[in-house]
Amino acid sequence: MKIRVNGEMREVAAVTLEALLAELDYGEGPYATALNQQFVRKGARAETRLKEGDSIEIVAPKQGG
Amino acid sequence: MDPLTLYGQSFSSRLLLGTARYPSPAFLAKAIEASGAEIVTVSLRREAGGARGGETFWELVRASGARVLPNTAGCRTASEAVVTAQMAREVFGTDWIKLEVTGDEDLLQPEPFGLVEAARVLRSEGFCVFPYTTEDLSVAERLLEAGCRVLMPWAAPIGSGRGINNLFGLRALRARFKETPLIVDAGLGAPSHAAAVMELGFDAALLNTAVARAADPVEMARAFALAIDAGRLAHRAGLMTPRDFAEASTPVLGRAFDEHGA
Repeated sequence: MKIRVNGEMREVAAVTLEALLAELDYGEGPYATALNQQFVRKGARAETRLKEGDSIEIVAPKQGG
Repeated sequence: MDPLTLYGQSFSSRLLLGTARYPSPAFLAKAIEASGAEIVTVSLRREAGGARGGETFWELVRASGARVLPNTAGCRTASEAVVTAQMAREVFGTDWIKLEVTGDEDLLQPEPFGLVEAARVLRSEGFCVFPYTTEDLSVAERLLEAGCRVLMPWAAPIGSGRGINNLFGLRALRARFKETPLIVDAGLGAPSHAAAVMELGFDAALLNTAVARAADPVEMARAFALAIDAGRLAHRAGLMTPRDFAEASTPVLGRAFDEHGA
């Protein structure tokens, strides 16, 4: 199905957020996730199901002011 | 130096340092050390799968021993800022959040309506909110009503290095909120600017661009640390009141050649 990951449309096989992270080689992190502009905590990724057109954000530590 | 207390935590340094725009990670690490900063700001950004930049940066920050203050830089609405804060809490393991909701593209000016709304939500969720705001007294009042215990007024637009844009406004803010820790954030370009805000009685200053973009960021970090300490000491010591005319510092009485005196 097609979903948007960090602003980019992707064709993915994963049906849960946890499976998506594995499919896209995110490893252990550190990173945080949001689905359709709602925070999804680490412990809820496995039970968070994806559907066509979802928008996922995956963010990691970065320099900031 | 007298300690700085923020949300119940005490610090001996009154310099907060941003971690962006340094020539290299090594310069950043050395600048943190030279500044004596015990609090550094960080952010969250999109990362591609397989990339490990975030992990490397986070290891560098943790090695510095400084406490992290994640920001919500770039957020344009209260809801974006709230979700970013929630993500930051999980990644960085801290309830502290430097809340930025910006409105104007050119000035990166705090957007006060979204800022207050986000502050209220985040305080209800247990965050220790450090709102980046202007010198506006009414907005400050609303932020305190929302539960904020620290305010971060700007001196000038982010990265501008202009120093104090509105001296009267900052003085009024300090006078109005005597008990609230006020950290001047953004727009300080030179150590003299930082000394000036500390002399006004502000509790701390946050630097980033002025240090990171100096020809020698490590030396500049040290220069700012000295200026902030000097400004704080001067404030505590009590500055003299300026006068319009001269007043002799050497005693007048007993002056030689004085035809009228003893």
